[in-house]
Amino acid sequence: MLNYIIRRVLQSVLVLLVVGLVAFAMFRFVGDPVDNMLGQERTMEDVERLREQLGLDQSFVVQYYRFLEGAVQGEFGISYRQGRQVSEIIAERIPATLELAAVSGVFALVLGIGLGVFTAIRRDGFASNAIMTLSLIGVSLPTFLIGILLIYLFSVELGWLPSFGRGEVVQIGGWSTGFLTQSGLMALILPSITLGLYQMTLIMRLVRSEMLEVLRQDYIRFARARGLKQRAINFRHALKNTLVPVITVTGLQLGSIIAFAIITETVFQWPGVGLLFINAIQFVDIPVMAAYLMLISVMFVGINLAVDLLYVAIDPRLRTEGKS
Amino acid sequence: MALLEISNLTVEFPTRRKTFVAVNKADLTVEPGQIHGLVGESGAGKSTIGAAVMGLLDPPGHITSGTIRFRGEEISGLDAAAMQALRGRKISMIFQDPLTSLNPLFTVKQQLVETIQEHLGFDDAAAAARAIELINRVGIPDPEIRVNQYPHQFSGGMRQRVVIALALCSEPDVIIADEPTTALDVSIQAQILDLIKELARERQVGVILITHDMGVIADTTDKVTVMYQGEVVESGATAQVLGQPDHPYTKSLIAAVPRPTVKLNRFPLISYGGRVTEFHIEDLARNWPSTEAERGSALLEVAGLTKRFLQKAALLPSRREFFTAVDDANFEIRQGEVFGLVGESGSGKSTIARMIAGLYPVDEGSVRFEGQEVTAGRRGVPDFYRKQIQMIFQDPYSSLNPRMRVDQIVAEPARHHGLLSGEPLQARVSELLDRVGLGADAGLKYPHEFSGGQRQRISIARALATQPRFLICDEPTSALDVSIQAQILNILKDLQEHLNLTMLFISHDLPVVRQMCDRVGVLKGGKLVEVADTEDLFARPQHPYTRDLLSLMPKLDGLSNEGLAVA
Repeated sequence: MLNYIIRRVLQSVLVLLVVGLVAFAMFRFVGDPVDNMLGQERTMEDVERLREQLGLDQSFVVQYYRFLEGAVQGEFGISYRQGRQVSEIIAERIPATLELAAVSGVFALVLGIGLGVFTAIRRDGFASNAIMTLSLIGVSLPTFLIGILLIYLFSVELGWLPSFGRGEVVQIGGWSTGFLTQSGLMALILPSITLGLYQMTLIMRLVRSEMLEVLRQDYIRFARARGLKQRAINFRHALKNTLVPVITVTGLQLGSIIAFAIITETVFQWPGVGLLFINAIQFVDIPVMAAYLMLISVMFVGINLAVDLLYVAIDPRLRTEGKS
Repeated sequence: MALLEISNLTVEFPTRRKTFVAVNKADLTVEPGQIHGLVGESGAGKSTIGAAVMGLLDPPGHITSGTIRFRGEEISGLDAAAMQALRGRKISMIFQDPLTSLNPLFTVKQQLVETIQEHLGFDDAAAAARAIELINRVGIPDPEIRVNQYPHQFSGGMRQRVVIALALCSEPDVIIADEPTTALDVSIQAQILDLIKELARERQVGVILITHDMGVIADTTDKVTVMYQGEVVESGATAQVLGQPDHPYTKSLIAAVPRPTVKLNRFPLISYGGRVTEFHIEDLARNWPSTEAERGSALLEVAGLTKRFLQKAALLPSRREFFTAVDDANFEIRQGEVFGLVGESGSGKSTIARMIAGLYPVDEGSVRFEGQEVTAGRRGVPDFYRKQIQMIFQDPYSSLNPRMRVDQIVAEPARHHGLLSGEPLQARVSELLDRVGLGADAGLKYPHEFSGGQRQRISIARALATQPRFLICDEPTSALDVSIQAQILNILKDLQEHLNLTMLFISHDLPVVRQMCDRVGVLKGGKLVEVADTEDLFARPQHPYTRDLLSLMPKLDGLSNEGLAVA
């Protein structure tokens, strides 16, 4: 068991090192940032000074070592565009993205699993058929279109909810939260739905099909023959067996909620890291791009690790090695 | 008053085209302490009766007429809540497959406690104590430790004991056991049946034992009801029904049961209901290549055959752990004979077959075919040998590709080896399908349109397509009904007789082995403990393990011998 965890952690570190190399390679191969940072009227001294300041005059190996050294401590250098520490910029932006991702993740999980179980148990009911049909919309409409439609309906026509930004935020330590003010909470609603809708429908359809499969199993029939209540059978015996395959997909989906919040953040002008990343690409702000890449890979690797450990927690068959 | 009384029960499954009557006007009575056998072939409606009593009929199935009374009170019309309260509490059920009837994610204790609390309303401590007591009562050693384990940590027989413990949670009056031992080895089967007998005797539980196995019926039940296509054809005391059957169907069913005591030339076929299938293997002999090989000379020689499977992976080779599935097996299979391999599950029968067929690489030892080295390596076996061997598998459902048409399936081996193509290939496929009794038209259909027995005949036709000399049959009939089994075994006997085919025949069913094989090897835990001529082995077993196996075999002494002479 411990063996398994150590192996998985080592694999994760290896993945991160490879991603680190890719991120670092960007510094070397994607254009010359100095050109972008200094205007037309520059002198050679300006260029040299800036190169030295940014550490670009060092050799490849030294630069890679420095990059890794910094990355481990969360330092990715100075943003070419804003001239500030990248870690500072990201720390400023990340609360917005994480709060948005958390809300839409909870939305997707709770509704996805709930509706999935419902549509599986009442498989031929009118309500489940209606839900299944509607869920096609969630799967097939692109995120930006859903966002724009929601803005049009709830902000422009009805005027109930704000169409952009985070509303008022409260600073707690270094963390800015929108959970504590009414306008902050209102501002979260539309972007969370936009971001989570696809994941929600996906989880729902997955839970439904897995659940239908599980309900056909012998141990469910035997549970009924033992006289257990239908509710205990559905939610204790069936749901837990449904979760193992659902967790894999859900874990990856939650990762992509964070990583690909870019579109939603752009549509709603949400001041998160996704928007930061888009701007960084436009200005070839490599330190920011590299930091973003590392951040996302850490999240994916972390989520995958958590998923693997969750498997073991749920399924006892994975806990014992070999047969007894 | 009878414990359970089923009278005039009719169960129907309406479908879009027509209504299927699964059970038609069935009567059955169970007294306390009595084991009532319900026997018949698949589709006879045995399990449907069990499900109807439990109120667990799969929709759209429903009871259309008749009554089910429990202690005099009618239970067939109860609503869902009342039925749920009765299920498990007064009437319990045991299912066929202990591997799938327990929830893999909960410990045995959790499942027991949940059931106990549902029915008896005990608190946690009392329920846990009762769980341990139940586990102890069904004969599982170390109940305090075992109760906290998960189902996958139990063997098949132990799991079936857990299932029985679950069925006993609230001291039910009636237990419906639906094929409780079909998935188990013969020694485990005997233990489980003893446990059921003990329950009936000591606790005066009424048991309905649903099975297709005449041996189980003969050894275990007090009364028996025989069903055929939804109808009860005969019912009475077990000895009476099996010894002097009245109804022609019962007679033909009993005649088709392979006998452990006498060797017959051919299996009697069930003639009731006009389901006779004609096949003409002898007609294939005309186009069959003849061999110069002398009957009785060694065709396949197996020496020191060993297979190890990796049990625990590790980076360092020295820390890897292996499980020896086959340990130093030596035997030969002679030209034209049927060589049987018997043993319990996990004894290495199928592993040997797969190594001979080249499906598993051989770890140690050698296989020689007509003196030539054909030991399977990483790339399988030599081509010339591959053309000479074919395999027939146990499960006729998963061994045919559902997306291929039957004629493509049968043609594939010959096409793969480049033996035939075009017109001659089509002609051979049609001939084969016709000779195994399916008719050439069967080639245009897909596997799902056929029954289990018909599919197994498709498998045989496929195996014959390359005109092989050596067939490996891995439990070819254990998924089939007794009448269908008789048919398939007769075809295999014809293959040996008319086409001079040599066969390796793997089975756990000793009576079948006695009927089919010329010589037999007995496997125990990967080791070949005894090889002997079949008649010698059954008459004078040498190894203690063989004697054990033979003693556990149902004797079927009381079975009527009517119909056997005809065959």
